Amino acid sequence: MRSKQSVRIANGAKTPVAQIPRLDYDTFADAVLAEFDSGSRVAAYFAAQAAEGGLELYAVMARERNANFALFRTPLGERFQSLTPNCPQLHLFEREIAEQFGVTPEGHPWLKPVRFHASWRTGHDAWGREPGTHPRPGDMEFYQVEGDGIHEVAVGPVHAGVIEPGHFRFQCHGEQVLHLEISLGYQHRGLERLLAGGPHPASNRQMETIAGDTTVAHMTAYSKVLEGLAGQPAPPRAQAIRALGLELERLANHVGDIGALSGDVGFLPTAAFCGRLRGDYLNLTALLCGSRFGRGLVRPGGVGFDLDGGLDGQLLATLDGVQRNTLGACRLFFATPSVLGRLEGVGRVSRSTAEDLGLVGLAARACGVPRDGRFFFPTGVYKESFDEMITDELGDVFARARVRHREIEVSLNLIQRLLNVLPTGETASKIGPLSPDSLALSLVEGWRGEVAHVAITGGDGHFRRYKIVDPSFHNWSGLAMALRGTQISDFPLCNKSFNLSYCGFDL
Amino acid sequence: MLRVIAERLRQGYRTGQFPRVEPKLPARFRGLPELTPECPPGCAECANRCPFGACELREGAPALDLGRCLFCADCPACPQGLIHFTPDYRLAARKRELLWRQPGKELDLAWPLAPELRRLFGRSLKLRQVSAGGCNACEADCNVLGTLVFDLGRFGIQFVASPRHADGLLVTGPVSANMRQALLATYEATPAPKLVIAVGACAIGGGPFRGSPEVTSGLDSLLPVDLFLPGCPPHPYTILDGLLRLLGRRKTG
Ligand code: SF4
Ligand code: SF4
Repeated sequence: MRSKQSVRIANGAKTPVAQIPRLDYDTFADAVLAEFDSGSRVAAYFAAQAAEGGLELYAVMARERNANFALFRTPLGERFQSLTPNCPQLHLFEREIAEQFGVTPEGHPWLKPVRFHASWRTGHDAWGREPGTHPRPGDMEFYQVEGDGIHEVAVGPVHAGVIEPGHFRFQCHGEQVLHLEISLGYQHRGLERLLAGGPHPASNRQMETIAGDTTVAHMTAYSKVLEGLAGQPAPPRAQAIRALGLELERLANHVGDIGALSGDVGFLPTAAFCGRLRGDYLNLTALLCGSRFGRGLVRPGGVGFDLDGGLDGQLLATLDGVQRNTLGACRLFFATPSVLGRLEGVGRVSRSTAEDLGLVGLAARACGVPRDGRFFFPTGVYKESFDEMITDELGDVFARARVRHREIEVSLNLIQRLLNVLPTGETASKIGPLSPDSLALSLVEGWRGEVAHVAITGGDGHFRRYKIVDPSFHNWSGLAMALRGTQISDFPLCNKSFNLSYCGFDL
Repeated sequence: MLRVIAERLRQGYRTGQFPRVEPKLPARFRGLPELTPECPPGCAECANRCPFGACELREGAPALDLGRCLFCADCPACPQGLIHFTPDYRLAARKRELLWRQPGKELDLAWPLAPELRRLFGRSLKLRQVSAGGCNACEADCNVLGTLVFDLGRFGIQFVASPRHADGLLVTGPVSANMRQALLATYEATPAPKLVIAVGACAIGGGPFRGSPEVTSGLDSLLPVDLFLPGCPPHPYTILDGLLRLLGRRKTG
């Protein structure tokens, strides 16, 4: 019989690092690929300094069917065989490892920097760049198509609207896009390095600003990692209030996105209504915690604010009107033939592409891929109160809009149920010391998709490595694929339909 | 069409009355901090306890830098509880050093542009927004000014696509190393005279990322800044109030 190759843990749990078998690289590669073949997918894949010295590679595989995660690890040398040719969804993860630690995945078909920062190991650079200088963003070879009538369109980093920076290169034949390459890193703030040796007093606010529109999801993921490491879950009332914040965050963004799509296709009524309604959801979050983005709402150990002094009633009453207007604005949008005509069939991603690339969240669900952390890896109130995962079929702009619409209905419903049966009791518990030499992980379904956090502590209980995977990290490749064969003029619409985060990707 | 009109009637008229009517902000909103100068002798805790370097002792009393402050719900800075946040959303200042909040001193809110610039920009101000390394919440609350609640357009202020069409830049984010060049190029491309507006703690002083080697610790070290709007992110009304003050379209106080 084969010896044990991995450790399996549940969402929010921890394990001593020593219990994760240290496989040699070839065994690791075979085990990880076998795990893929049996239907698992990558939730996180990263390198770290090993306690034993040298580098180590960790694979965190999500196993939807078993509601748990398989953890693999192996020592990592300066060069290793890339697994991307056999498993495309690893492509960015391996590039990230190369960039952060200056190691080389040999045979990687597309080995380029991800965020354009210097290697964390001074003197080791996967591209042999000058040590001591900051790499220039976008300094890499872009994929190019040649031939008659082929032209290239380059956009960004500064775009036309009030949006984050990124660089897009389109290879076009006339109006038709043959290929889109997306080069990011402009929002890179060095977050993972700031977290090394943490938790620090500044860590809470940094977690809340990984991606500002996903404050609650990231902060919840972080809090659960700490609670896992301390072996001290948040009290039930706090978990319910977190879910409330998370669903309000989903509503604000989904409603805002329907409005933005509406604006992009020139249907101004829903654009105007939803623009305002998005603000109403943000204001509901501010009613709860003073910040429209939920800053300060979630804290390790629980939540920073209670729903006291009749606030639950006030929320319910306000929500009542907002809900009616939201449903009305959405109904109008989906009942307008000229709108549907612009959305249908545009920016299609097939189910198999979505699975190969490891897309997550609503972008995956729109392609018919069942993937929702609230459903497969539920914690807290989601264990009892969530069974309505929404999927669609065609993976086009329309499907991504319709998933949002239906999820809006589910979230509204969920919030009402939450507010009606709010558990009583404490809203926070004190977190004890973090257990040393351990790994803890948590996955939270934010509005774009799963937010995955993994912490590895050293002997002192401080972070030896903190890994953040924003859903956008999985999904930008999906946008690039959606553009193939579409008109370049459909880019804004496709882009909005994914509405991915630059800062969440760039860290 | 009839459906559109029916829905429009149901949704109602929603444009806000600002600045004629003061906005109603939620009770838990954290705006202008109030400092009580009752520090026990020898205490200088706040200087060590704010993780973002927003507090220090000045003239024997606590002082708080609104430019660095993130308006944390669980502000640990003062163990005596002498710092508390009021719902006052007006925080705009024209000079970096005027963002220091000291007990018993009024905040010197932003004053209008010089008359010749006001003549140029007072009725039509076109801004190019540059997002440079933040978390995108500042951008979101700038965008929201375009919705009909705030309706920025009615004040003649507009975000434009090209720096060549702009009268100034509105910058968010701590100016990451990777955005520095693009920001400076955008500034160059904007015709003079031009304004620079720093929105949010990141742009003013690095915000939550202060100290990372990947970010700058203040836009004013790169460009001359005409208006500072504190917050993480600033409330949309903080931004709007500041812009209107700059254009001389808001009564003082
Ligand atoms: S609110 Fe936050 S940033 Fe401001 S002084 Fe307190 S701890 Fe520092
Ligand atoms: S100031 Fe705060 S809200 Fe604004 S970009 Fe920086 S982190 Fe985000």
